[in-house]
Amino acid sequence: MTQYMFSVIHGELDYTDDEMQQIVAAVDAFNEKYKDITVFAGGLEAPETATKVDGTGDTVVVTDGPFLETKEHLGGFWVLEISDLDAALKLAGEASKACALPLEVRPFQAEPPA
Amino acid sequence: MTTASGAIERDIEAIYREEYGRVVASLARRFGDLDVAEDAASEALVVALERWPADGIPPNPGGWLTTTAGNRAIDRIRREKLRHAKHEAADMIRDDTPHEPTGIVEDDRLRLIFTCCHPALAPEARVALTLRLLGGLTVPEIARAFLVQETTMAQRITRAKAKIKAANIPFRVPSTADLTERLSTVLAVLYLVFNEGYLAGSGDDPIRPDLTDEAIRLTRIVRQLLPEEPEVAGLLALMLMTDARRTARVADGELVTLGDQDRSRWDRALITEGHALTRQALDARRAGPYALLAAINAIHTAAPDVRDTDWARIASLYDQLYALMPSPIVALNRAVAVAEVDGPQVALAIVDGLDLDGYHAWHATRADLLRRIGRSEEAIAAYDAAIAATENEAERAYLARRRSQLQG
Repeated sequence: MTQYMFSVIHGELDYTDDEMQQIVAAVDAFNEKYKDITVFAGGLEAPETATKVDGTGDTVVVTDGPFLETKEHLGGFWVLEISDLDAALKLAGEASKACALPLEVRPFQAEPPA
Repeated sequence: MTTASGAIERDIEAIYREEYGRVVASLARRFGDLDVAEDAASEALVVALERWPADGIPPNPGGWLTTTAGNRAIDRIRREKLRHAKHEAADMIRDDTPHEPTGIVEDDRLRLIFTCCHPALAPEARVALTLRLLGGLTVPEIARAFLVQETTMAQRITRAKAKIKAANIPFRVPSTADLTERLSTVLAVLYLVFNEGYLAGSGDDPIRPDLTDEAIRLTRIVRQLLPEEPEVAGLLALMLMTDARRTARVADGELVTLGDQDRSRWDRALITEGHALTRQALDARRAGPYALLAAINAIHTAAPDVRDTDWARIASLYDQLYALMPSPIVALNRAVAVAEVDGPQVALAIVDGLDLDGYHAWHATRADLLRRIGRSEEAIAAYDAAIAATENEAERAYLARRRSQLQG
């Protein structure tokens, strides 16, 4: 088993209320269907709500804004526990359909042996 | 004595290369780790080089190498106290039955080729991994074949193996539902290796039989494993009928086009095998792209003289192919057949409508059509463009001679 993160990376989205409702319903259905293998899932607030914190110096420096100013940003993600990449890619296809956006599938590092 | 021991070493290395894919595939399945599999395989070679010259080559060298490599892998996993999971794996397979060169081992190679050609890997990594793990080619050999630095190729292979491990790409033959699609990426890799050998992109050798032979060998393995798949038969047929023309294809360092080849030099045995495979490939409910390409090559290789070629049938097969794969390259090849059926003027109109400005064959085809309708100056310019767009010396020599004939 491997834990995979499905990240949804996107730019500005411009949905009508109807479209938005459809997407929310589809994502809810996906989440319900796979709740047993879900480690975590959630959507993020807009990047403008982010705060950068740097504790590498003598004092902790806090600054407004996201770490990187980019056109595209992480909008939300799933962490799912899945047998292998083939199975993960199948679920990712379903997840992408549900949220109506392309996504990136990336494995978590294996846990070090006990 | 020195020659004798040199000869047996060469024999051992030839056997090792032949069996490498089998050994690695079997170990990859048992240990779920490509590095463990590869290291154990090379340790088994060291043992073979020590023992076989004295003891003789065992009756089943592939089985011997697999068993020896398996034992080495278990020893090593225990000795180095690798990860916990691998200890479990080592314990689990302690009593594994010895492997035979048929059955499950064949399945292992099929599993491995689907892993190597996984769509989650970059296309150039798929080719490199397939040649390394199934073909048993060394990293320097693969680097040379694709004209990249050895370090670049080593990195490409290392990264791909790391991704297989980290992302947990399974060693598994895809389910029936996915097989056709996944098989097409495998066949694309094999065809790419073949084509790179048949018309080398650049370098000193116009034809690289090491690559064409390897592509055919691997395709034969896939066919043996999936004998019912029409597209596998189609691809193998296509390769064999193309390879049959190899010796007639270059003369005095110059490319010889299909129409000018000495057909008595074609390899009849390969053509006969190709024709039989083509029939099987076309038997499918709906002919796939490789079956259609094989059918086109079957028509060419069935004609005793270029004047006997059934161009109308070739044009119609290209129509079918274009319906499956509407690419400008298919349209270009179709235009060559149209030129023979409806004349060069009609073909030129098709060719001029294609957006293939960077492709040498587009310029070469245009040049030939322009020459045939007497537009010499434009033909010369097109030959120049074709020469500039290819680095294959044999092709350049051919194009330069055609060009010089126009300058009277």
